[in-house]
Amino acid sequence: MARAIVQITDVTKHYRMGSEVVRALDGITLSFEQGSFWAIMGPSGSGKSTLLNILGCLDRPTSGKYILASKDVAQLDDDELSDIRLKHIGFIFQSFNLIPQLTVRQNVELPLFYLGNDEQTSAEKARKTLDLVELSDRLDHKPTELSGGQQQRVAIARSLANDPDFILADEPTGNLDTATGQQIMDLLGALNRQGKTILMVTHEKEIAEHAGHSLHMRDGKIESIRGGT
Amino acid sequence: MDSTKIVRNIRLGIKDLMLHKLRSFLTALGMVFGVGSVIAMLAVGEGASKQALEQIHKLGSNNIIINSMKPVEQATYDKEAARLSMYGLLYEDEIRIRESLDTVKRTVPARMMRKDARLGERNMELRLVCTTPGWFELVKRRLVAGRVIAQRDMIKSAPVCVLTEHGARRLLATQHSIGENIKIGGVFYEVIGIIISEVGGTSIQVPDQEIDAYIPITVSIERYGEATYDHTSGSRSMELVELHAILVEVESLEQVEPSAAAIRAMLKRFHKKEDYKVSVPLTLLNQAKETKRTFNIVLGSIAGISLLVGGIGIMNIMLASVTERTREIGIRRAIGAKKRQIVLQFLTETLVLSLAGGLIGTLFGIGIPKIITSLSGMPTVIPGYGILLSLGISISIGIIFGIYPAMRAADLDPIEALRHE
Ligand SMILES: Nc1ncnc2c1ncn2[C@@H]1O[C@H](COP(=O)(O)OP(=O)(O)OP(=O)(O)O)[C@@H](O)[C@H]1O
Ligand SMILES: [Mg+2]
Repeated sequence: MARAIVQITDVTKHYRMGSEVVRALDGITLSFEQGSFWAIMGPSGSGKSTLLNILGCLDRPTSGKYILASKDVAQLDDDELSDIRLKHIGFIFQSFNLIPQLTVRQNVELPLFYLGNDEQTSAEKARKTLDLVELSDRLDHKPTELSGGQQQRVAIARSLANDPDFILADEPTGNLDTATGQQIMDLLGALNRQGKTILMVTHEKEIAEHAGHSLHMRDGKIESIRGGT
Repeated sequence: MDSTKIVRNIRLGIKDLMLHKLRSFLTALGMVFGVGSVIAMLAVGEGASKQALEQIHKLGSNNIIINSMKPVEQATYDKEAARLSMYGLLYEDEIRIRESLDTVKRTVPARMMRKDARLGERNMELRLVCTTPGWFELVKRRLVAGRVIAQRDMIKSAPVCVLTEHGARRLLATQHSIGENIKIGGVFYEVIGIIISEVGGTSIQVPDQEIDAYIPITVSIERYGEATYDHTSGSRSMELVELHAILVEVESLEQVEPSAAAIRAMLKRFHKKEDYKVSVPLTLLNQAKETKRTFNIVLGSIAGISLLVGGIGIMNIMLASVTERTREIGIRRAIGAKKRQIVLQFLTETLVLSLAGGLIGTLFGIGIPKIITSLSGMPTVIPGYGILLSLGISISIGIIFGIYPAMRAADLDPIEALRHE
């Protein structure tokens, strides 16, 4: 059995809305192995994005334990969490989230700069990464000059720039047509075969089938798990 | 943080600002006015104090000047008796001041009379200044040719005179004709030297004029008598004056004011009427300083308010920019940017904005005094430290008013920021 890269134990996330408490996550215990590909499914409001944000160190759980690459994330401060996101985690969003003022290359260079690469190294790495998603001919285009699928490929390139272990995708095909979504899934599949651990939220069954494992959520709880631990 | 990263940050900051050119320009305008008025203020202030210092220097800062003044006539005065009025400083006054006051280093008596001067066809009205060699020590002027009056001229009562360059040009065809004999008030004088006099028109009254000719006071006593009779034009009244001025030099700057007070007291004791006026260049200097201070307070407030308004304008725009770019901030944070990197990004933009405004303001600040000088003739001096100061002000304003928007940007919750729009 492969090593568990992520281990969460009894994680909850509560939002207080006036006098009411929304239990977005209600006691989740999970572990993901290195190199696995997971689809996270469930109805709207079941807590998928909340889980992904906590796993991605963008958010902190209200309670529970989170071990990422043998580090206790709960103990880390904001700078250290930023550092984990920078080095170990790549985010892919439904709405691509490219910075519109920057060119394709500059968008991919961002994480490289934050890691402290100089201009030349960053430019080189960005070009190589964009080569992987077959967009190295669009380096100086603005995101708005690209199709949705192309934009998502730029976003994938950006998430890969610092060679993270862990890719978190929140409905990466949600804004794309079926054929384009298929391309993106092929790309993610290829990355998984290269050894990346991928967690992907999706509503579509066909998309979920690309992943080797799937888990279903409902009301902040895990309803069922298929094909994994 | 090495320099290439700083340069990169600045370049990106400029790029972001260039996305909203007009907005950035209008925002920087407050800084332009603020910094511009700071430099203009310094330039005018420096110019004024330099001018004042120069004038004081011309008068001599260790000097006290006493002039004879015709006292105000009383209305009941008998008109016949008023025909001959005797007033003013006396030879005794000079001796008394020199001998009874320890702090006095030197006194210089002077008589002034209007005389016609003639050389061949040329003639002009001169002010004959009859004095001692000390005059030239106290009223320091540049000698362009020859020499000034010496002690031996006094002893011998030599009929020699020193002309001003203005007088020399009018009377002598060439400026440097030393040794020429000119006739002043019916007496021949040999020209022994030419000096450059102070040209009138400055705010402080200097003791010399450009129509002066200087002769030994001993000669004037021999040729024109001990006192000077003056016919007031249009009436038959006469005035009798011994000395028109006494210049007093004291040992040091600190002794100027007390010595002036002692002289005033002494003159008051020996003169029945107030037929003299004691003026102290140092007091004028202090007045000039006071004026400059008032001026600086007024201009300084204007500059301060402009800078404050400029700073608030910058803060306002940066806050708007943070709101506009909330999503971008969320993206950067999700990618792995630390809070301080977000702070740095926005602070750099504010600094670029305030520094750009400051630099344009500096150019205005250098230009405005030049215009003031050419329009009003008021001298202005742009001090070197003014440029550094304006740079410092720009950076400070950028940091003071940029830190809050930048911190707000950094403190945004990444998830909420990503959800923004
Ligand atoms: N900042 C917040 N404040 C209050 N409640 C929140 C907040 N974020 C999420 N929630 C609540 O938590 C629950 C889970 O939200 P989450 O976004 O994780 O759902 P989801 O499964 O991703 O849904 P969807 O499929 O629509 O994206 C929802 O009921 C939501 O209203
Ligand atoms: Mg969601």
